[in-house]
Amino acid sequence: MKIEILAFGIAKDIIKNRTISLDIPEGSNVGFLKNELTNRFPDFQKLKSLAIAVNEEYQTDEFNLKEKDEVVIIPPVSGG
Amino acid sequence: MIDIQLKDTALSIEDCTGFVASDSAGGTTVFIGTVRNKTKGKAVVRLEFEAYPPMAISEMRKIAEQAKEKWNAEKICIHHRTGILDIGEIPVIIAVATPHRKAAFAACQFCIDTLKETVPIWKKEIFEDGEVWVAAHP
Repeated sequence: MKIEILAFGIAKDIIKNRTISLDIPEGSNVGFLKNELTNRFPDFQKLKSLAIAVNEEYQTDEFNLKEKDEVVIIPPVSGG
Repeated sequence: MIDIQLKDTALSIEDCTGFVASDSAGGTTVFIGTVRNKTKGKAVVRLEFEAYPPMAISEMRKIAEQAKEKWNAEKICIHHRTGILDIGEIPVIIAVATPHRKAAFAACQFCIDTLKETVPIWKKEIFEDGEVWVAAHP
């Protein structure tokens, strides 16, 4: 299945784009997606943390993704 | 009552204190974040804030709801900026009104501390000779 992923902050610099489309197996979870991303862009390993939000909520590695989900890479936040 | 705003224009302290004003509140605390002119001794030219807007708003609302519940707050206001901010400008204002003063301090501190940990907003520091996403690396 194709997953469209949005990137913000330093994640945008790492993938050199605002969005990325990844083809991953049906029913893949967030942990799988994170592995795919770090394999493709090793700079993600250098970050203090890497979170994934699905449909505007943080999700754990065990969360299963669906094709139409809004998936966002959340690098370490620094608001305030 | 809770007021959450994410804006790309100047924040107003009066808007925040005005929102939380309440006859049944004995104390109001206000946290005002300001852009500092240096970081670790290095001169900062400006800051740039980027947000994932819908989730930034929903996460700020969650924080305000938790604080309201835990400290019995009457009203909580959290306003956050996006875009380019110069030295001295205000990226964030948090105002909390509670029946008694101790709770107002505690709730306000909880709100700013949690905001910095969970709200999807990112700050880039611009120096004379480069730029860096704050807190991205260990």
